[in-house]
Order: sequence, then C-alpha cells, then structure tokens
Amino acid sequence: MTPATTVATSVTLHDVQKQFGRFAALKGVSLDIAPGELLALLGPSGSGKTTLLRILAGLEFPDAGKVSFGDQDVTFAHAAKRGVGFVFQQYALFKHMTVAKNVAFGLDVKKGEAKPSAAERSARVDELLKLVELDGLGGRYPSQLSGGQRQRVALARALAVSPRILLLDEPFGALDATVRKTLRRELRRLHEATGLTTVFVTHDQEEALDLADRIAILNGGQIEQVGAPMTVLDQPASAFVAGFVGQSNALAGQVQSGVFTHLAAAFPAVGVPDGAATAFVRPDQLALATEAQTGIAVRLDRILPRGPLLWLNATTSDGQDLEAAIVREGAAEVKVGDTVTLVIRGGRVFPT
Amino acid sequence: MTSKLQASTDDPAWARVGLIALAVAFVALMLVLPLISVFAQALAKGIPGTLAALSDPDALAAIRLTLITAAIAVPLNTAFGVCAAWAIGKHDFPGKAILVSLIDLPFSVSPVVAGLSYVLVFGLQGWFGAWLGAHNIKIIFATPGIVLATIFVTFPFIAREVIPLMQAQGRDEEEAAISLGAGGLTTFLHVTTPNVRWGLMYGILLCNARAMGEFGAVSVVSGHIRGVTDTMPLHVEILYNEYDMVGAFSVAALLCLLAIATLVLKTALEHFQPQGLDVVAPIPERLRP
Repeated sequence: MTPATTVATSVTLHDVQKQFGRFAALKGVSLDIAPGELLALLGPSGSGKTTLLRILAGLEFPDAGKVSFGDQDVTFAHAAKRGVGFVFQQYALFKHMTVAKNVAFGLDVKKGEAKPSAAERSARVDELLKLVELDGLGGRYPSQLSGGQRQRVALARALAVSPRILLLDEPFGALDATVRKTLRRELRRLHEATGLTTVFVTHDQEEALDLADRIAILNGGQIEQVGAPMTVLDQPASAFVAGFVGQSNALAGQVQSGVFTHLAAAFPAVGVPDGAATAFVRPDQLALATEAQTGIAVRLDRILPRGPLLWLNATTSDGQDLEAAIVREGAAEVKVGDTVTLVIRGGRVFPT
Repeated sequence: MTSKLQASTDDPAWARVGLIALAVAFVALMLVLPLISVFAQALAKGIPGTLAALSDPDALAAIRLTLITAAIAVPLNTAFGVCAAWAIGKHDFPGKAILVSLIDLPFSVSPVVAGLSYVLVFGLQGWFGAWLGAHNIKIIFATPGIVLATIFVTFPFIAREVIPLMQAQGRDEEEAAISLGAGGLTTFLHVTTPNVRWGLMYGILLCNARAMGEFGAVSVVSGHIRGVTDTMPLHVEILYNEYDMVGAFSVAALLCLLAIATLVLKTALEHFQPQGLDVVAPIPERLRP
C-alpha cells in the first residue's frame, strides 16, 4: 500500500520572520514538527499560516530564521530541490495534460539517472491513481473531473515524487461540505498509508480538530498555541485561542478573589488576577438551569436540532447573543420566545 | 416561437428587423462593396492581365520584401511579446505599470511619427547616422529600416493577447511544476506556454496581418525605391498614382486575399479551440491593415 519508501522527516522552524513591504506576515515563528506527524496550521486570514507553508515549500524565503528538514538546513534551498509535495487550494492542475500526465509530471521532468523508465513511470501513475481511488480516469482532462476528483489528482501528483514532506494549502477550501468530509477521511487514510510528515493550512477549526495530530494556532504572524486538538480545546493558552477554537461565547465580567461573575452567573476562575475579565464558554458548557440554580436569564430566539443536540440561539437581557448546545434526550420542553436560565458549567477566563 | 413564449429580453419585431437591416446595410456599404470593387478592378483586363501585373519584376520584388519583412518581424515580436507578457503577467517589479503603457505606445502613436522617429535616430543626419555611415551600414531607405518600423508598429499585437491570459492564470501552476522538481525552462515550455497557446496563435495571426499591410511607418523609412524598398502596400500606392489601375488593384487584391486567409484561420482557431483552455481576448482596435 505504501507508495513511498522514504523515512518520515522531522521539520524545524526557528524564529522565522517574513515581511511583505511594511506588513509583517511572520514575526518570529518557531515550531517543531515530529516525523510522520499530521499538523494543522490554523488561523484567521492574514495570520501568516499560508506564508509559513510557502516558506516550508520554498515558494517564499524568510527574511530571518532557519528552516530544517531533519538535520538538513533548507532555509534557502530551491523549491525544486526540497522534495516537498505541495497541494494548492485551487488544485493548480496542468489543464492541458491528462490526469495521468499530471501525476507523472514530477517523474517526467527528472533527468538522467534519477529518471525512472517509461514503464516504471506508468506503473507508478497507476499505483497512485489507485491510491486516491481514481483508477481508470488517467485519460481524462482536469476539466472533465469534479472538484473532489481534481483535488485527488493534485494529491496523487504531489505524492508521485515521493516527497519528504507533504504540504497542503486549504486543501478542502473550494469543495462543498459533503465532499470535504469524504476527502478529510481520505487524507487521514493517505497519511496513515504513507506515514509522511504532513502540514496543512486551514481556517476551519472543525477541520483542524477533526484531522490533525496537533494544531498550531496562528494569529497576527505569531503562534498562539501548539497542541493536540483536546488540549487547545480544553486548555486554550490565550484569549485568542479560546475565542477562535470551539465557537466559544465570550462573556465580559469581573473577577474577584478567584471567582468570575457575569450578571447573575458565577464560576471559579482560579489564578486570574482581580479586575475585568472575559470568560470563554463553549456552547456545550452552557446548560438549562434547574429550579435551584441561578444563572443568566436569556430569551430563546431560535432552536435548531443538530443530531443528538439542540442548538439554542439566545439573547441576554443586555443584548448579547449566546449559543448553547444541550442534549436533546431528556431535555425540558422549550420553545422560541421562552425566557430560560442558563448555567455556566465551565469555561476559561482571561483578564482583559 | 409564439409570442407567449417570448423571452423578456426579446425586442419587438420591428426593432429587431430594423437593427439587423441597418447593420447589414452598413457592412455591405462600408466593407463588402469596397472589397468587391478591389477584385473587380484587379480583374478588369481578365485573369491574364492580373497575372501579368503580378509577375511584373517590381511587383514580385514588393511581394518578396513584404514576405521577408513579415518573416523577420513576426518571430521577433513573438519572442518579445511572450517575454514581456511573461514578465508582466507572472511577476511583480517596480515600473511594471510603465512597461504596460509603453507596450501600448505603438497603438496610440501615429505610424508616420514612428517612421519619422526612426529616420531621426538612424538616418544620415540622425543620432547614429555618422557612425552607421562610417561603418557602411544602411538602415533608413533599406530593408533593415522597413523591418524595424514594422516591428515597432506590430509590437503590441502578441503581447496584448498574451498578457491578460497569463495574468488570469496566476502562478499556481508554475509553482506546482517547480515544487515537483521542474526547472525554469521546463516549466515555461511545458506549463506556461501551452496554457496561452491559442491566444498566442491568435496574436501571431493579427501581428502577421498587420506586418504585411503596414503602410505609414514603412512609407517614411522606405524611400520608395522601386524593386528595392517597396513593400506591397507601397507598391499599390505607386501604381495607383501612375494610373495603372489593374496593376495597383491586382497587388491590392493579393493583400486582401492574405487578410481574408488570416480571418479564416482566426475563425478556425476560435472554432477548434478546446473548451476550458484559454480564451481568445477581445480584438484590439487597430486590427487589420
């Protein structure tokens, strides 16, 4: 099954900086990526995630800092000599070549000793098309394929050269939701099959949480936190991470002697200095109050069933929108327009 | 189609018929009629007369010079045009906007001015005149001047066709090729160029048509030496001024045939161009000779 015989490579970035004119895209990024890891670079647009990926690929060069693959310094190595597979958001397939020609491109342009024979190349193309489940479509042109199929071709093309690392720039960004889900699973499967060190860029936190071994969250050209999905979700290192990951509700309030209060709701905020603070509460950390509990009084605007959950869109008395997710089974009867009380079951508090 | 099925964008019948009639009448009067008259005049003394006029040594020399000029100007402009389009479409550099405007210069400058400026630069009294004279190099009133003037006038045709295509296609495919290990030249030849080939061919056709038909600039630098520095359009004028109608219109008819062949080729290109590849950009204002 494994198309590559390469040993997975580690990737190290040390204090990488990049400036575009007066705009600082990266302000000193350091990151260690373990061999065979599947890492997500997550951040809003303009956070520098794509620049970081392009620097890894050699499509941009940093102004300062160092990039290493294993123990080899590749900071200024030419893109063609790095041995990276790069998958573009818009596929970037060669429109005038067939699918098979596209996949074979990286092998066809090799020179001399390194160039496999025609038979080897065509065998490799067949193997890769099979891997991405496109066998039999080698004779088609990219314009004859669906978006999902095109992205599979792009993946096969990137894997054909047996890259040391695989880089994907918003690989599912241009696809519709269903195809995106399928391809996500596909990428996970491919990653397990090849064992390649893989880095992908996304602005979709669900995609990052779903797919990655670890997530690096970027904001304003800096890394806010690197960690496993559960870690960034449950222990966000900064207010930004807490707000960006997990669709949290941001509640402004006060901390006094380790207790956070917002309107009538209060919960412990150990170690947070007294004063103004913001609590980030995920929808699932809000619940309908029982008779005995005090909490935030809200009016229900919309009630959306989502699988096993009921998604409540609500407004507080001071006009703030809240989202709460409650388990549908056994939940009290609620309807739009009701005033209910929500209790905060947990959350992270950061001083403001 | 019944009136009930009429689409909301359909105009009333009288407007449609009127507009179409107007367009047809205009085309007939302004384009078709003159074209017919050219061929009618050329054949005024029958086919033998036309053939005799075309096989006149001076006419043959003019045809040869026109073909030589096009054969030099078109490949050079193809190379320049693709290079300029590549630089502008795929790269960012200071002064890019100025370069784009400069490429359009031949479209906006009168060809006569272009010809005169070449005379001022390369003529006997020009900047390089003394040096060129001392080295016995003749540019003005000789073939090199005609070729230079033609290159100047036809420069924008290819660049203008290819620039928007290259810009629209972005750099993704080139970056993909390079990250797959391809060198710069391989990428250019196997990724960049095929993506613009239809637009490029279209530009070459237009450039060729204009190169063969250019009159103004060439007229200034040629010196009108019969059988030596006369191109086909210049030869037509000379014969016309000498009241040799059959001679003038025979050469003119040949020029027309070349233009019609260009148009047919162009239409064929548009017809056979595969869908989903590049698109042919709109026709520049100064299209044909």
